[in-house]
Amino acid sequence: METEKKIQHLSERLTYIRDIFGSTQKESLSLLESKMADVRQQEGHLSPEKRRKLVQDLEDLFVFVENKLETSLTAMDKVRIVRHPQRICLRDILENVYDNYTEIGSMDEHSIDPSMVIARAYISRRRGKKTVNQSIMVIGQEKGHGEEFRNGGSVKPWGNAKALHYMKVAETENIPVHTYVFTPGSYPIEDTPGAAQQIAANLYEMSSLQVPVVAIFSEGGSGGAEAIGLADKRLMLSHGYYSVISPEGAAAIEGRLRTGQRAGQELVEACAMRMHITAQDNLRMGYIDRIVQEPSLGARPHHYDFFRTLRQQVLRATDEVVLGIRGNGLYRTIALKSRERRAKSGIDFEKTYVSWSLSSNAKVRLINKRHAKFRALSRNAAPDSTPLWERMQTRWQEFTAEMVSHIRYHMLHKHQQKLSEIAGEIESEWRLFFERLVNPVRNVIAKVLGSGEQVNADTARQLTELSEWNDTQEQRGGNWAWVSRRAKEDRAVTCPNATVHGCLDIWAPDLFGEFAGVCPNCGHHFPMEHQWYLHNVFDKNSLYEFDAHMEAGNPLSMPGMDEKLAEAKRKTGMKSACMTFEAQINDVKMVVAMLTGAFRGGTVGAAEGEKFIRAAERAKRKRYPFLAYVHGTAGIRIQEGTNGVIQMPRCTMAVRRYIDAGGLYMVTYDTNSYAGPVASFLGCSPYQFGIRSANVGFAGPGVITETTGVQVPPHYHNVYKALERGHIQGIWDRREMRFNLHQALMTMGGRNLYYR
Amino acid sequence: MLDISAVLEKIKASPYKELTITSPHTGVLTLPEGLAPGTQLHGPMGTWKEKPGSLLATLDRERNEKNIHCPEKGEVVWLNTELQGSFVEAGVELVRYRHFLSKEEVLEQILKQALHLYLAPERAKYYFVPAVDIKIKVSGPKAVSVRDGEEIFIMSRMKREAPLRYSGPEGVIYAVYFNHNQNVDTGQALIGVCPPDLITQVEDVVTRVQMEWKERE
Repeated sequence: METEKKIQHLSERLTYIRDIFGSTQKESLSLLESKMADVRQQEGHLSPEKRRKLVQDLEDLFVFVENKLETSLTAMDKVRIVRHPQRICLRDILENVYDNYTEIGSMDEHSIDPSMVIARAYISRRRGKKTVNQSIMVIGQEKGHGEEFRNGGSVKPWGNAKALHYMKVAETENIPVHTYVFTPGSYPIEDTPGAAQQIAANLYEMSSLQVPVVAIFSEGGSGGAEAIGLADKRLMLSHGYYSVISPEGAAAIEGRLRTGQRAGQELVEACAMRMHITAQDNLRMGYIDRIVQEPSLGARPHHYDFFRTLRQQVLRATDEVVLGIRGNGLYRTIALKSRERRAKSGIDFEKTYVSWSLSSNAKVRLINKRHAKFRALSRNAAPDSTPLWERMQTRWQEFTAEMVSHIRYHMLHKHQQKLSEIAGEIESEWRLFFERLVNPVRNVIAKVLGSGEQVNADTARQLTELSEWNDTQEQRGGNWAWVSRRAKEDRAVTCPNATVHGCLDIWAPDLFGEFAGVCPNCGHHFPMEHQWYLHNVFDKNSLYEFDAHMEAGNPLSMPGMDEKLAEAKRKTGMKSACMTFEAQINDVKMVVAMLTGAFRGGTVGAAEGEKFIRAAERAKRKRYPFLAYVHGTAGIRIQEGTNGVIQMPRCTMAVRRYIDAGGLYMVTYDTNSYAGPVASFLGCSPYQFGIRSANVGFAGPGVITETTGVQVPPHYHNVYKALERGHIQGIWDRREMRFNLHQALMTMGGRNLYYR
Repeated sequence: MLDISAVLEKIKASPYKELTITSPHTGVLTLPEGLAPGTQLHGPMGTWKEKPGSLLATLDRERNEKNIHCPEKGEVVWLNTELQGSFVEAGVELVRYRHFLSKEEVLEQILKQALHLYLAPERAKYYFVPAVDIKIKVSGPKAVSVRDGEEIFIMSRMKREAPLRYSGPEGVIYAVYFNHNQNVDTGQALIGVCPPDLITQVEDVVTRVQMEWKERE
């Protein structure tokens, strides 16, 4: 019976190896297959002892071959390992790593989203002779060994919302959060709360979650991973991957394939390798803190030693986070060092107790440390050719701006506010007293002389006559500071709504000149170049660009990418897809970060992310409102791999720091805005507006159909739909953007110059 | 009295409708390659009819190329090839195609002539009054006969209900075109009423169409 079980087990291991290596490693596979066949043939005729010996030999052979194959694993092999149904999943971890757990809000398929599993668990540790149960909120995607209802760990927006809810519960209960990332990516659906908007909300909240967060990555697929991956310590399983896009998706883009077409296996393998998606790559680039070593060919549920290692590692990571922010510096240093020594010598972490509850001061330090950690990431991934003297000048300007702001807003403003409050109180008191004193006299005079109120002639006219547009308002329709080059073409253009609304053909010089690319009949907005906004929205000559030297690079040395970037730079005259500048509207100063669709589709890489962060920091330093004008963005630049995807948490954290400091952050979408940026630093803004030409979403219609099999109706992503879903807060006409933006600044910013 | 069999025979004699596509405005005409009499055409496709039908012609006016697509399934009968590449006025015949009627279209044509359709006066949810409703549920709609001025509907809008009287010729409810709990737009048919003496004929023709009508591609 025992040998039969072992043979069955070995047969499963053989299937696993066959699935992982497929057509490669044929020799090893055929060796194992033939040996397995031999054993099956012989075992019936042998005595129990000989049978045991035979099976033991076979087991040894498996170990030998697995170890041999382990050395030749490619990046794509690891992707196959991670996706395999025999791979460990979150429930295995809950069973084996934690001492006890209660699953929250799910029972198999009966859940708001079975691909997201949440559990309250505890780990027992020794404190002297006492056993202490330390509580943890465990959150992670569940692949469920191929159970169909788990959706492969692809979480729907409401699954991510549930995760966020329980992170906040953990925060209330002051217990650490362990997140386990087992997802190929988020489920691309726009239904409320919306894939992108929910991931953005998760990132925004997690950036300042006041409890230690430890993330363990097995399959880190882009936005889905980021939704729960923003952590103080990020561990990664040695056979996992963490990437901006699946290798197949990258191959489809690289190979310029149409929807439905499949990329060749060679291209997929090459893309997996070039994108540097393995744990070792990510450790080298600094996006994870540590690798958790798995057994040969990846951990499966029978690898009990691995679970022990994982338990030690999550304990160690949580302890490190907590000890790293303890108030007493001396104790912290000593404790951390001794921990590291113990870890190296394999000492059991369970036997040394570290309390995980945090004081209010420690919580502040925890968040500051988290922000500093992410701020430091990917700094070397984007070349900055700013000359030294200019950098020094910038630093000096930053310093002086900081000082001026500090004096004006922190020191003077504080007292000024108090004084004005007192003055206001006194004035109100006096007014009331005066009115009561004077009113009886005033009434007597009014009775004697009759009502003496004279209505001003202008006021009377305003109240009784219809208003007229003045010259400036009339000219706003046709007097633009910049018009598109398309206005010089002598041709007619048909509005796409012509069949529905009966729009007549429009002459291009009229359309792109006077009408600013808006159909005069139905109001359809034709896409417009970003220069139009620069010249027509902001005050004349008020733009001051900064960080212009920072340029988009090729940190992963992707073949052909340098040429593509050079071409984009030549075409647009820009060095990256993000332009950051200071500008004014009716003398109201602001900082703007603009993502331009013309430069590689407005994709965000390390340079764009860094520029965006610096812009947010500048706005914070100068106490200016911060506007993200998204002319267009296709998502994260996949050719930069994790260097790109890490911009999602980095930029969101910069936004969070800015908003927490009292800033007003607004986003305006134009043309098409999709994927990572919307699912992070754009989608987290409380004030998002769309120009009527905009499409906003997580994934385009083609990707949705490909991944979910669901066809989406036309105009699924347009701003009206986005507004109905609650993803944006308003829709603007392009011609009125200047007016609306100013209006928004005045109403949302308040009188204290947009700063609380 | 309407002779339904004659209507059917008439349709059978010419089981298609012929439509002509004319130029919507002036422009230089280009007829696509491969389009010739006998070419099969398709109408808009996709779940939301988002993919346009077969390309019939392209008109270029002021460097603005505009495609003219086929609105339904059919077969090209005639093409104005003489005007290929030349400037055409608005309203010039470009393509004539033949659309073969489907079973549903034939039935629709016959029933349109044979039945009196009572239309929804406004957008609302409609119900039968309880007495009629029970009768329909038990014995089917054909068991209910209606006459002018009879109160047979309840119109429900925004949780306010109002009785509605039928107006039209006396007859039997042949078909019910609305569902419970679903809004019906203004002008949409609610019921089709058939004079009692025509019922057998209508039923007979409907069965014949269902059995015999062969749809042509």
